[in-house]
Amino acid sequence: MQTISLDQSVRMIPNGASLMIGGFLGVGTPERIIDEIVRQNKHDLTIIANDTATLDKGIGKLVRAKLLRKAIVSHIGLNAETQRQMMAGELEVELVPQGTLIERIRAGGYGLGGVLTQTGIGTSVEAGKQRVEVGGKPYLLEVALRADFALVQAFIADYLGNLGYALTGRNFNPVIAMAAETVIVSADNIVPVGVMSPDHVVTPAPIVDYLVANA
Amino acid sequence: MEPHTIIARRIAKELSPGMLVNLGIGIPTRVANFVPAGMHVFFQSENGLIGTGSIPEEGMAHPALTDAAGHPVMALPGASTFDSAISFGLIRGGHLDLTVLGALQVDQSGRLANWTIPNKMVPGMGGAMDLVSGAKRVIVATQHAAKGASKIVKKCTLPITSTRPVDLVVTELAVIAFRDDRAILLETGPGISVAQVVAATDAELVMPNNIPEMSL
Repeated sequence: MQTISLDQSVRMIPNGASLMIGGFLGVGTPERIIDEIVRQNKHDLTIIANDTATLDKGIGKLVRAKLLRKAIVSHIGLNAETQRQMMAGELEVELVPQGTLIERIRAGGYGLGGVLTQTGIGTSVEAGKQRVEVGGKPYLLEVALRADFALVQAFIADYLGNLGYALTGRNFNPVIAMAAETVIVSADNIVPVGVMSPDHVVTPAPIVDYLVANA
Repeated sequence: MEPHTIIARRIAKELSPGMLVNLGIGIPTRVANFVPAGMHVFFQSENGLIGTGSIPEEGMAHPALTDAAGHPVMALPGASTFDSAISFGLIRGGHLDLTVLGALQVDQSGRLANWTIPNKMVPGMGGAMDLVSGAKRVIVATQHAAKGASKIVKKCTLPITSTRPVDLVVTELAVIAFRDDRAILLETGPGISVAQVVAATDAELVMPNNIPEMSL
């Protein structure tokens, strides 16, 4: 694990990269990394996240700055600009049921090829997917997702990169931390090693590549 | 009584102690206002919270404590928080006793359409497909009609949320159950006759001998 400045953390993201970003309607999203991506004008990005938040929050800022090529998300309902760009053909949006999305990411991070779920059977979500029967019940095969980078927001990080999360800010964060080639973390609180109890570590340090220094 | 209040109060009668319940946005959220006094029910928000409480007082909101609509909430004593994989494990894994959701259409076999109007409204399904496919019991909370058109239809014309039929629909006019691909009129709304329900409903309704008025 390496400590890094905000500027450096975003510099390592190339245009066209795929990013998993934590957050649920912007809660638990590394807001300052998002702001820095906008400032450095990184573009043609693919994002994998729960939603595109609202116009002025979290991933919504990336949508508004037209930095996305593709979004793999479960919900865009609170961001009219995402819907507009999708309808206008400016942004490719793959809508995935939320429980399926998080499991596809989890599978990607846990060395699995995919998961079998009954969610989406017989709906438009089934199009182009394989059905697998297990114990007489039909399931959809949903394939694993991985990304080049995971942008994680933690409540607390120690100097080694052990992470803990706050309340509903946890959401996708510990799951995406397992599923990307490079894991960049922003934390509300950075503390010396030993402050966190081992039982309170949710994401273990070896998973984290870079911890963004606080200003 | 307001239609929303009738619907929320009637659905609250379906709660029992210790249940784990997920309430959708809109009318379903209001069910929490009518939990019978002294009854403890666990409310889940799919963003990762069991023990969802009411809205905090001015200045007491925490930026990382919200419901699934992103609104600040309080956490009740005994609350727990968890990641989205656990949250949907609860939903799909047979741990969620009841989900209450809104509807665009419900057809007479109990199929629900509630997530999109193609080319018009494309918010994404969020957790709706997992909730309807995975919860032990699914109750729809909706007004009976929208813009004069019955939402209880013969067959959904909008894309469905799941092939799994819902268990119960509660509107301000009726309580309707679904069994073996048929819609059964169980109760009528306050001051509403069976004839009025039939006139307001596009779907074919099976009529038991006794159809009481809903008790609130």
